[in-house]
Amino acid sequence: MASYSTNEFRSGLKVLLDGDPCVILDNEFVKPGKGQAFNRVKLRNLMTNRVWERTFKSGESLEAADVVDQDMEYLYTDGEFWHFMKTDGSFEQFAADAKAVGDTLKWLKEQDVYTITLYNGAPLTVTPPNFVELEVVETDPGMKGDTAQGGSKPATLSTGAVVQVPLFIAVGEVLKVDTRTGEYVSRVKS
Amino acid sequence: MNPDGTLPGAASDWRPTATRQILESRAHQLQWVRGFFAERGVLEVETPILAQCGVTDPNIDCIEASPIPVAGWPQPRGWLQSSPEYHMKRLLAAGAGSIYQISRVFRDGERGRRHNPEFSMVEWYRPGWDDDQLMDEVAALVTGILDVPEPERIPYRELLIRHAGLDPMTADMAELRRVCYPLAGDRQLVDGLDRDSCLDLIMSFQVEPALGHERPVFITRYPASQASLARTSLDDGHQVAHRFELYVKGIELCNGYWELTDADEQRHRFEADNARRRELGKPEMPLDERLLAALEAGLPECAGVALGLDRLLMLKCGVDDISEVLAFPAERS
Repeated sequence: MASYSTNEFRSGLKVLLDGDPCVILDNEFVKPGKGQAFNRVKLRNLMTNRVWERTFKSGESLEAADVVDQDMEYLYTDGEFWHFMKTDGSFEQFAADAKAVGDTLKWLKEQDVYTITLYNGAPLTVTPPNFVELEVVETDPGMKGDTAQGGSKPATLSTGAVVQVPLFIAVGEVLKVDTRTGEYVSRVKS
Repeated sequence: MNPDGTLPGAASDWRPTATRQILESRAHQLQWVRGFFAERGVLEVETPILAQCGVTDPNIDCIEASPIPVAGWPQPRGWLQSSPEYHMKRLLAAGAGSIYQISRVFRDGERGRRHNPEFSMVEWYRPGWDDDQLMDEVAALVTGILDVPEPERIPYRELLIRHAGLDPMTADMAELRRVCYPLAGDRQLVDGLDRDSCLDLIMSFQVEPALGHERPVFITRYPASQASLARTSLDDGHQVAHRFELYVKGIELCNGYWELTDADEQRHRFEADNARRRELGKPEMPLDERLLAALEAGLPECAGVALGLDRLLMLKCGVDDISEVLAFPAERS
């Protein structure tokens, strides 16, 4: 595998640090005019999701991590694994375990497309699109009337996610939800 | 390189990173600096940017060029200058008197919020002056451009004691490393650093960011091991270098010396630099024999300083990234 020197570090680059794949978040070059140059690097460990701050002597290098993002369609779960298929027409399938799926579980809808991060060819994380459209399966009865008044109530969606919605939302409606904040965005006209 | 031979991003990043207003400030600053020296009777000079020698300094890497050999320059190699220092000292030895130069200088691999591999520097020399006198002139130039109070002067030793709780003259390696561990977040890195690199780390990470916010600070009396081309003397039982740097709002602006004039000592330091380069696995640099010959012939007692004009402009314009004061930083060049 290739390696990258500190000069090439930029945010988004995937490298191996202490054996774990990491993504570089920030790289600051620090050097007194007549002194030793350092790079202060912020990285997210993709295995643990923890953010590390590490210092390198400028010119040192790290091995590139075989980490790639791919769009895949969610197919089904067998209870132990969640199965995804590449959208490039290859029909190639990948099985993600509960750790890789993580919090995305509550946004998983069959036939929707997710970003699967592969590490050495195996799913490492599953990232939902920024917005998903899901049906309400349970909520208090809808209240007609003044929609501008505000107020909210919990609604359970088809995937099991619970979001706060306006009072007028009823069971059976399809909602657009922001997966980054877990917030209701709008009703989807059907 | 893209498959079609074009550079990545070229279509979208052809635009300058500096605004028209900042380009005007840059032009105005250049004019002002020239006026400042004209008024003081300092002669503007120009010396080679591409030359037959680079510098030996282990922490500065010159960019190598490969010119076609010509008579008197038989080797097909040269270096873009990291500072016009050597040539200007040869002018001084030839009796040029007080001189200054505004030039582009080059440092390989230096790119960050405050670094670009190519930048603008004003460097000047004052025969007969010492470091204290030259600091007065630097202060006059900087306070003439920036709206800041008169700088204070604090010795290196005192600053490290104040900001890092460590005496750089007496601390042993264990003590230095103990201060460095939490700053670097990496024991292995710190264990591989020598004494001066540990001090640089403490300086860069702990001390510098705190410097010059209320009032600009000249750091004076560096440890002799960081003398570079400055003369040294005994201060309170410790060898110190007559070297100074000015910090404004955490930004290093200049580096000045009461210059070393002893050719033998200079040759010795060049050789020590090259030995250090060997240890670091860096290429050794040919010694600039013309500079050494000029020192041999007699460099007048003088003080000299180099000041980064792009950083001065950053402070003037209140911006945090050098890209904002450059028409085109390295990645858009």
